[in-house]
Amino acid sequence: MAPTVGVVQFPGTNCEFDVVEAVASLGAESVILWHQEADLGGADAVVVPGGFAHGDYLRPGAIARFSPVMESVAAFAAQGRPVVGICNGFQVLTEAGLLPGALQKNAGLKFRCGMTELRVESVDSPLTSRLAVGDVVRIPINHFEGNYTCSDEDLARLRDEDRIVFTYVDNPNGSMGDIAGICNAARNVVGLMPHPERACHDLLGSTDGRLLLGSFLDVA
Amino acid sequence: MSEPVHRALGLTDDEAEKITELLGREPNHLELAMYSVMWSEHCSYKSSRIHLKRLPTEAPWVLVGPGENAGVVDVGDGIAAAIRIESHNHPSAIEPYQGAATGVGGILRDIFTMGARPIALMDPLRFGPLDDPRSRWIAEGVVSGVSGYGNSVGVPTVGGETVFDETYRGNPLVNVLCLGILPTERLVLAKASGVGNLAVLLGSRTGRDGIGGVSVLASAGFSDDEADAAKRPSVQVGDPFEEKRLIEACLTLLDEGLVVGIQDLGGAGLTCAASETASNGGVGMDFDVSAVPRREDGMEPFEVMTSESQERMLAIVTPEGVDRVRELCSKWEVEATVVGRVTEGGALRIVDGFEGEELANVPASTLHEDAPLYDRPRQAPADLDAFRADSANHLPAPDDVGADLKAMLIDPEWVYSQYDHQLFLNTVVGPGADATLLRLKHPTTGEETGRGLALTVDGNHRWCAIDPKIGTAATMAEALLNLACVGAKPLATVNCLNFGNPEHPEVMWQLSEAIDGMTEACEAFGAPVVGGNVSLYNESLGTNIDPTPVIGLLGMVDDLRAVPPGLDWLDGDRLILLGATESDELSGSQWAFEQGHRRGRLAPVDLGAVASVADLVRSLVNDRMVTAVHDVSVGGLGVALAEMAVASNVGCTIARVADHAALFCESPGRVVVSATTEQMDDVLARADAAGVPTTRLGLAHGDRLAVKGLLDLAVDELTTKYRETLPAALGQGTTQG
Repeated sequence: MAPTVGVVQFPGTNCEFDVVEAVASLGAESVILWHQEADLGGADAVVVPGGFAHGDYLRPGAIARFSPVMESVAAFAAQGRPVVGICNGFQVLTEAGLLPGALQKNAGLKFRCGMTELRVESVDSPLTSRLAVGDVVRIPINHFEGNYTCSDEDLARLRDEDRIVFTYVDNPNGSMGDIAGICNAARNVVGLMPHPERACHDLLGSTDGRLLLGSFLDVA
Repeated sequence: MSEPVHRALGLTDDEAEKITELLGREPNHLELAMYSVMWSEHCSYKSSRIHLKRLPTEAPWVLVGPGENAGVVDVGDGIAAAIRIESHNHPSAIEPYQGAATGVGGILRDIFTMGARPIALMDPLRFGPLDDPRSRWIAEGVVSGVSGYGNSVGVPTVGGETVFDETYRGNPLVNVLCLGILPTERLVLAKASGVGNLAVLLGSRTGRDGIGGVSVLASAGFSDDEADAAKRPSVQVGDPFEEKRLIEACLTLLDEGLVVGIQDLGGAGLTCAASETASNGGVGMDFDVSAVPRREDGMEPFEVMTSESQERMLAIVTPEGVDRVRELCSKWEVEATVVGRVTEGGALRIVDGFEGEELANVPASTLHEDAPLYDRPRQAPADLDAFRADSANHLPAPDDVGADLKAMLIDPEWVYSQYDHQLFLNTVVGPGADATLLRLKHPTTGEETGRGLALTVDGNHRWCAIDPKIGTAATMAEALLNLACVGAKPLATVNCLNFGNPEHPEVMWQLSEAIDGMTEACEAFGAPVVGGNVSLYNESLGTNIDPTPVIGLLGMVDDLRAVPPGLDWLDGDRLILLGATESDELSGSQWAFEQGHRRGRLAPVDLGAVASVADLVRSLVNDRMVTAVHDVSVGGLGVALAEMAVASNVGCTIARVADHAALFCESPGRVVVSATTEQMDDVLARADAAGVPTTRLGLAHGDRLAVKGLLDLAVDELTTKYRETLPAALGQGTTQG
């Protein structure tokens, strides 16, 4: 049976239906999870999509982490079920403490939208099982606060534990260690700034996103 | 003696007298304030209406023409497209970030007012020269404002224009176009009906921001810095998060059929929304000003009624539907307050509580239909003959043609990389190309139609400064060819007419000429005008801007199977120019303006020939018979070839270009294509059959752009100049707001 992906929706989220469209093109069902509801609707996997949850007011993700849905997402993650945060969703997951570090304003203080190349650093994650280490995939970015930072200890741990999932070939935002995406210690929660759902259609410049989301559906 | 109140509000003595006549008594202060905003140039089009009537507005696929919040066309499969263009020039000159941000917010509301989900924004921007610090500050702030608001509100900005020129030093132009799609049956109009129905105010609280925006700011020119700074409180402040929730709430209300009519609150605020919905529906309204939620205490009724606080809508709903409206709005954290009641007769009564004191009582329709209509004096410039005789072809030939070419290269990437241009997964061809191409999906089911919508925005102040009529027709020609380059045929035109002070007869002549040029071109191309905006009083210290009609053209690609060819040719391709160079006239060209020559004449445009070139290009693109395609526009053939060489990182060797005039002239109706050796004969045969003249220009190869006898430049050198111009002038990033 096709898996069902729960796609979280906060007020201000704007990529939720893009994720729905991309996973549908890969044969999966979706259910939108309104932030005020704690019920995950029987989802087999959860995506926290991009956008501007609560207008990014205060700080991206800072208000969203308090929504009832996030408690359920944390419990779901604690069971070892797959969760991915894309862009604003990555920011929400760091604010919620499901992933280490933080995303600060881009070096150059400039919003950036465009294609980037990512190098796969680990295949032991829900987004990369269909890929090989060293593969380069083309996935667009779209963010102002995508400059990943963490403590030296966290960075060392991410490296030692093979938890850096993607790095930028040409760092667009000043991220520490060129980091584009990481996973948690249990390896079931991934956050990344680039948007795989924007790279799933022949007419949209890249179909590499299908490898990432396809991997995700494999473990859903 | 102090100035009479009506003059301080921007009304003339004659207009004040007419109000007294209409009411049969002296208006009170609140009534006068309401007339002053509704009869402002911005809201009433009192100087331009008489000319706008000449534009062609009808076609079988046009569902809603000019006069509503947006034009709407049928695009098949039960889908309609809503489109509108607006200006936010004056607010952006005073406060660039908020001026641009609220321009975006305003145009979005115009689109979802029609029941459409906004899917794309375009931003034609015009600033003073890059070496002017204030112009750089304005440019940086405007781009930040578009980026900050557009990205956050969740509507992609998929294209635009960025122009820098002396003429905009004191008065930048910030235009914004929005496209939305809706299931055809959901189309709603700004109309109140059903006596007893209620007017519900949705969204932000009302504050003192933007009071008199349309009359104080938009309908007068700029004088000096100190006086302009004092106008800053008339600029509104935007909140994209409020707007995002408002969009979702309104579309949900429309989906559930809860809305009888709806109107956004833009220029002239509640006065406009209340009077327009009532007047359009042939009914009256009791409007309880005391019920309007406010941001601050002590606001006077006239302030509440004319405030331009952003992110507000006025919905007309049945009394039975109000509870459900409140419930849905509360999900999206949108405030919903009953503020009005639809009444019989045509009176708009402003009351302090429904049973309370009457503060104003005017016939709603008089605020619109009785607005003054001026046929202002028009006069061609006195020195027109001498002006036209002074051709730029008399200028000395450049010592270094290559240097002049390089000076004209500018990559807009610095601007559009700050905009989300990919959201909704529609953007097949994005910003930086001749036209934008979007997948067309059904607005409710998301199903692909296999077709595409194309969009382009085009303006050319240089052409229009030389000859507003021919210049405007040539601008339309360019828009048509831009669409053809992505395989699209035109459906509908919107225009944003940016002109100077209409009280100057020369400006009114320019406006009238431009409308004539647009009329001819729209008729020739079968692209009716479905909406527009007129922005007058674009002047600074008594100098008017060059006339700048900006055209937005919406088109359709019937069969969108693959990405159309771009600007990038391949090593070994043959290069062909389609369309005749009717004249090597340099007047009005970018090259001439860069030499400081801003006079002369334009050669007439053969609109039939342009249409034939567009038909040919469209068929070549859709049948994939060319490897690259680019229209010849600003900077002439030289810039077109340089942009293609940069895009492909492959040079070319070009012959058959006689001199700098042939290289830099901007004769309309020409397109460069590249084809493989095998394709070339077919391309030439098809052009021949279409009656389109062709010139075999040369060969794509190597790493140099060489035009025999004129220039020989390394592609790398062109690329560096092209890419570095804006980052070098504007820095790494935008830091305002």
